[in-house]
Amino acid sequence: MADAPSTTATAGSGRNARHLLGLEGMTPDQIEPLLDLAESYALLNRSRKVPRDVLRGRTLINLFFEDSTRTRTSFELAGRRLGADVINMSVAQSSVNKGETLLDTAATLNAMQTDLLVVRHSQSGAPALLARKVDACVVNAGDGMHEHPTQALLDALTIRRHIGTLGGLTVAICGDVAHSRVARSNIHLLTTMGSSVRLVGPSTLVPSALGRLGVDIHHNMEDGLRGVDVVMMLRLQRERMSSGLVPSAREYFRFFGLDRRRLDLARPNALVMHPGPMNRGVEIESSVADSSQSVIQEQVEMGVAVRMAVLDRLTRNRRAA
Amino acid sequence: MNTILFENIRIIDPANGIDQPGRLLVREGKIAGTDTAGAEGRPEGAQVIDGNGAVLSPGLVDMRVEIGEPGFEYRETIASAARAASAGGITTIAVLPTSKPAIDNPALVRMLRTRGEESGAITILPYGALTKGCEGRELAEIGMLHEAGAVAFTDGNRAVDPARLMRLALSYASGFGAMVVQHPEDPSLAGSGCATAGALATRLGLAGIPAAAESIMIARDIRLAELTGGRLHFGHVSTGEGIDLIRKARGRGLAVTCDTAPPYFDLNENAIGDFRTFAKFSPPLRSEEDRLAVCAALADGTIDAIASDHLPRDADDKRLPFAQAATGGTGMVTLLGVTLARVHDGTLTLPQAIALLTHRPAALLGSTAGTLSVGAEADLCLFAPEQSWLVRAGQLPGRAQNTPFDRRPLEGRVLGTWKAGRRVYEAGATAGAGA
Repeated sequence: MADAPSTTATAGSGRNARHLLGLEGMTPDQIEPLLDLAESYALLNRSRKVPRDVLRGRTLINLFFEDSTRTRTSFELAGRRLGADVINMSVAQSSVNKGETLLDTAATLNAMQTDLLVVRHSQSGAPALLARKVDACVVNAGDGMHEHPTQALLDALTIRRHIGTLGGLTVAICGDVAHSRVARSNIHLLTTMGSSVRLVGPSTLVPSALGRLGVDIHHNMEDGLRGVDVVMMLRLQRERMSSGLVPSAREYFRFFGLDRRRLDLARPNALVMHPGPMNRGVEIESSVADSSQSVIQEQVEMGVAVRMAVLDRLTRNRRAA
Repeated sequence: MNTILFENIRIIDPANGIDQPGRLLVREGKIAGTDTAGAEGRPEGAQVIDGNGAVLSPGLVDMRVEIGEPGFEYRETIASAARAASAGGITTIAVLPTSKPAIDNPALVRMLRTRGEESGAITILPYGALTKGCEGRELAEIGMLHEAGAVAFTDGNRAVDPARLMRLALSYASGFGAMVVQHPEDPSLAGSGCATAGALATRLGLAGIPAAAESIMIARDIRLAELTGGRLHFGHVSTGEGIDLIRKARGRGLAVTCDTAPPYFDLNENAIGDFRTFAKFSPPLRSEEDRLAVCAALADGTIDAIASDHLPRDADDKRLPFAQAATGGTGMVTLLGVTLARVHDGTLTLPQAIALLTHRPAALLGSTAGTLSVGAEADLCLFAPEQSWLVRAGQLPGRAQNTPFDRRPLEGRVLGTWKAGRRVYEAGATAGAGA
């Protein structure tokens, strides 16, 4: 049996962590080895030579309280490629809003001897609550407006593969930062790795309070994009318009949409990223999304590799026991 | 209009700290120079205008005007409003977006600007609607309106009611460096009130609006401006308690500004006695104590500008039972004269008054109008501060005649108005003669 790749990863306190609930507080020597491991999985994925026995006999439950085909599929694929038994549980929205239900669910899953619990929930902190009640390893697959750690890790891996480093870069995160767990995880990761982050968007979506996270705030897209190495666009939810945070889609695109003219203010060959799904013509112009600078498809590919690395890493102690 | 020389005038240009006798030269529609040294000699071919000692000031900048066009042309049109403005010495007006349709579309902003240019008499600075249709529900396309030339954002005489909406508005507008103008009145407290709450309203049997309706809204919005970093301005402030809040906020370094209008420093609630609907305003005319507080705030600088608050109404809008009658009065023709009443009674100095009517409102709106700086557009107002005239409703220039100052003798008469060096108004009588 081939051992899992990159077992030479250096020790760190995160090495023995059982859960991945967020990136806040993680250190570079925890993040780098995880990305190294993911990188090796990316190569194995391309050559179709993934060792299928890493998680053999282990059970992974995708517990999604909020619909997300993309993330769920990515975790499912990651689990299956490593040989785990994967079960998808979509929990009806109607039964969500009660803390009791969540803990009851936890108790049920615990009784089933689950090894990995991948949780998506609309409430910030829900995966952390579950993690305290179950024996399984919990992976946060997005909780409310809090964190989406595997998304930030896959973004980081994509950047590292193209630019060669995660340090000393300037990254613009543009759009609905206030409501974005993707943005928060990316802010933690990028600042931890020594890059500087600019948040760009209207002040209703990029309130100045976010400046406390150690980032620069820009309400003008042109200023925010000037000279950056990476442009991360966020999805503008339709409900931001209906709740009055943005007057209209056309005004949003006019001032905060990524078009060729604005992208040209960034460094030549700056990367264009988007966590998907995109609203073409609202936050991003089609020709930019499909341009040679866009690494959006590669982000999806790296997503599977990063999730394989996370599932592998979190279960090491369990498998060694 | 090649070259005009104004002689025998008192030049008042508060933006440049000038108040002295002298001459002023206009070339090709621009101010070519002021001469306060008493030099002789005239440029060849210049048209000479002898001011007979009258005051020459920048054309007035009126930051709060409703026109009626589009949608209410029976009340006032851009052309008739321009006539009223010129007769009042006004060369720049900021127009409220509460027309029909509301100015919530970039094309309408451009239309108003262009129509102003076409009039040849006034510059129109359009306000953009703060919310779609000025209906107080969803933010209008503030960015695109701003780009099209909207100078600030407001729903006119409709207060932005929900605190969340005001927070969003201040926050969103601040991203574009745009100012939000609030009608300072809590709608739930004002209710169906139509007069200031007090002894008079009680005696007349009219539902009252307490002064607290103003101060509560001002207090709330100052706090929201602090929270968001937004740029906030209150239109037509009318109460001492509201003004005190603004004064204190500015003392803390907050960028909060306000204007008032002649009815609030020249009239008090007694003007509505006998159910006179032509004195029905929103906010309502207040107590004498509040009127004096407005005067004090004009003098100490807390109030940044005097606007006419020109609100054209048809006679049929006003000839109704008091509670049902429309609010508002015309104000452009009487703006200078009523303001000068506060100069004549010693409340303000003449340069202070002119500043409140010219460069201070212009600065709030980001306009360079309101000065006599060399190179500026020659927008000029020539007036005789002591000359008296009688306000006569029905005979005022412009279409709307709903003035609250009917039969009021005013001291201070506009003799001539120039827009970019072109004469757009000439008073019937010659300078210096009493009327």
